[in-house]
Amino acid sequence: MRRLFLWLPLAMFALFLVVVAVKLRQPGDSTIRSHMIGKPMPEFALQPAVPGRAGLRSADLRSGRPRLVNVFASWCIPCRAEAAQLDALKRRGVPIDGIAIRDRPEDVAAFLQANGDPFDRIGSDPRSQVQFALGSSGVPETFLVDGRGIIRLQHIGDIRPEEAGQIYAAWEQAK
Amino acid sequence: MRAILRSSPERGGEPREARWRGWHELRSSPSTRLRLVPLPVPGRSFSLALLLALASPASAQSSLPPSPYAYTQLPDSKQEAAAKALMETLRCLVCQGQSIADSDAEMAGDMRALVRERIAAGEKPEAIRRWLIERYGEWVSYRPPVEPLTWPLWAAPVLFVAAGAWLARGRFRRKAR
Repeated sequence: MRRLFLWLPLAMFALFLVVVAVKLRQPGDSTIRSHMIGKPMPEFALQPAVPGRAGLRSADLRSGRPRLVNVFASWCIPCRAEAAQLDALKRRGVPIDGIAIRDRPEDVAAFLQANGDPFDRIGSDPRSQVQFALGSSGVPETFLVDGRGIIRLQHIGDIRPEEAGQIYAAWEQAK
Repeated sequence: MRAILRSSPERGGEPREARWRGWHELRSSPSTRLRLVPLPVPGRSFSLALLLALASPASAQSSLPPSPYAYTQLPDSKQEAAAKALMETLRCLVCQGQSIADSDAEMAGDMRALVRERIAAGEKPEAIRRWLIERYGEWVSYRPPVEPLTWPLWAAPVLFVAAGAWLARGRFRRKAR
């Protein structure tokens, strides 16, 4: 027993080394997932992000049909990268609405001009308040909302070509 | 020796998650490691560094000004104190090692505005904390709750003191003998 006790400090040190080595090899996941999945879309009413277009209200999302809500910004570079995927989803029949975070109308208009415009409605969230209500922590993020206005899925980061299929499948399933 | 800080991308090429959350993320992101790199005496790399220092980022943060209450205190000092106390225990979403009271990130500013506006409207600090936890999980709060998962955390100090007392007791006994 006593001899075993003598090994204890070394064993603890070895354990410490193992923990450090493991964590160095695979640093923790720092993605913050929204806890709003499965809950109704929070209530909001956003002004149009571009003059002449429709703004976005949470009531618009209880349309009886599942929709995507893309949280984006004209100042966000990965948002440009995913524009082609959103366009492709739109062409396959997926309705998409947008929420522009901390953006100016002229910048959003220029962004849509340059990268395509897959959005039915675009709400402006100039102080990130709806973004917080959604549990979103950055741009771009895409939420799938079913016909009753329940959030079904959160996609964090830009939609890659290989991920678009999963999102389409989830949309089909939410119907 | 002069040195500059240069970040080196993680092994394995493309970062796992290419998402833009602001320049400050380069400081705190786990996917970039900071490393000291010796800088050679003036030459091409020096002028390159100078160019880089002078160049303006293509797209940093949004071009909108900070929220009204991001950097302005509430007129009522009692409310401001309550807001400050809460802000110090809420984690910034984009600079994950800092509280929103400490961070200069745009999003932290918007969160401070949210806290101050809700406190000014008469909401209780704990209700605001719950609202955020509902959306981001316990992660967003720096104050761990007392629940089965965190019992070891709360019990550890008591256990350590008890273990210390037991060890000390053994020593005193041996001396007394």
